[in-house]
Amino acid sequence: MSGVRVLVGTHKGAFVMTSDARRKQWDISGPHFTGWEVYHVKGSPADPNRLYASQNTSWFGQLIQRSNDGGKTWQAMEGKFAYDGEPGTHKWYDGTSRPFEFKRIWHLEPSLTDPDTVYAGAEDAAFFRSTDGGQSWHELPALRQHSTAPNWAPGAGGMCLHTIILDPKNADRIFVAISAAGAFRSEDAGKSWRPINRGLRSEGIPDPNAEVGHCVHRIAMNPSRPNVLFMQKHWDVMRTDDAGDSWREVSGNLPSDFGFPIDVHPHEPETIFVVPIKSDSEHVPPDGKLRVYRSRSGGNEWEALTNGLPQSNCYVNILRDAMAVDSLDSAGVYFGTTGGQVYASADAGDSWNAIVRDLPAVLSVEVQTLA
Amino acid sequence: MIRVVLPPHLRNLAHVTGEVALEVPGKATPQSVLDALETRYPVLRGTIRDPTTQQRRPLVRFFACEQDLSLDPPDSPLPDAVATGKEPFLIIGAMAGG
Repeated sequence: MSGVRVLVGTHKGAFVMTSDARRKQWDISGPHFTGWEVYHVKGSPADPNRLYASQNTSWFGQLIQRSNDGGKTWQAMEGKFAYDGEPGTHKWYDGTSRPFEFKRIWHLEPSLTDPDTVYAGAEDAAFFRSTDGGQSWHELPALRQHSTAPNWAPGAGGMCLHTIILDPKNADRIFVAISAAGAFRSEDAGKSWRPINRGLRSEGIPDPNAEVGHCVHRIAMNPSRPNVLFMQKHWDVMRTDDAGDSWREVSGNLPSDFGFPIDVHPHEPETIFVVPIKSDSEHVPPDGKLRVYRSRSGGNEWEALTNGLPQSNCYVNILRDAMAVDSLDSAGVYFGTTGGQVYASADAGDSWNAIVRDLPAVLSVEVQTLA
Repeated sequence: MIRVVLPPHLRNLAHVTGEVALEVPGKATPQSVLDALETRYPVLRGTIRDPTTQQRRPLVRFFACEQDLSLDPPDSPLPDAVATGKEPFLIIGAMAGG
């Protein structure tokens, strides 16, 4: 019988939640790696039992955990992360230059075809790859060595490479996004990169239309249309139909176009989901109401989805990697909050239920659709 | 035999309980003890020292015989009581919130 497995990273460990296709009753295991920050957990599309988790603390640094049995057991990998060659410098918040310094892995993106190949996005921003199931890691340094890198600056959460999207129709094409540098595209599997930020406009940087310097929060793609990307920027929801060569704003009637996550319906590529947050300095839902907004027209026209979500006194945030969609016939949408709730919808957002309500702050949510 | 006490998170990672007893070739120093520890438990590489620079991580401290040895040079001799196994070498996660 088909079902789903939801992978949740939190401020104090990881959780694995499974359900059948009805998505009403959930089995929950965890916390795994109790006490550690788990920025991301993701499964291999090529082998659903192969999971990777990013485990970190300020005390003891970065580890990658691997599971070969769908999260029942885990093994800490021995491989470490080191920049390839001279670290170089980037801008600090105060405008001075400082060396790149590895801090943590924000995002893991397993290969679409090989369970042993997985990409990792780092803070300070760098792009790593493992081809041996996470046992060893090597930087693909061209991104960090891009000519614009000395002018990259961190967002409030750090200078993180938080989004990695592999083009399912072109194995050499990769999209990444860095806060607050912007989006980049490679056409040669990471050997070289070009910024793809034309059309983005950001206040708070010297040139609002600059080639780099934009605080991109998240990018999402429907695999059926890899040239169409949707972006939640620091402010503004954006869309490109030419793989990032040009972007246009589709914020439309959202109550706030600030937010973190964005995702695309698995079967309806013009249906997208965001969670508006009041502002960059407040980071709470407008009016104390937790509302997912859905557009069925690829942006501009949005409807609030509230059934089952708190509509008063709610002041949680939803972080950039904390939303996911499954690919069951009736599409599931999932998101986690900084208040420890994980919400699930089995009807594309029309109604919501909390799988759990009292986890540590949720950093990431992924879902696997199981045969 | 050198006795090493790990903080709980690192005991979990290394799948050990209680103290770790290590044979340390040559002079007993923080560096030689950590080298022996990481050889026995490769998963601990990078958790106590930066894997590239070998510098002690900022929130890790080394104590022994009621002394803070954190700032001692890595090749400085450990106290005789540690070298002879009478007292343990303590690897501590700094007290800080979180």
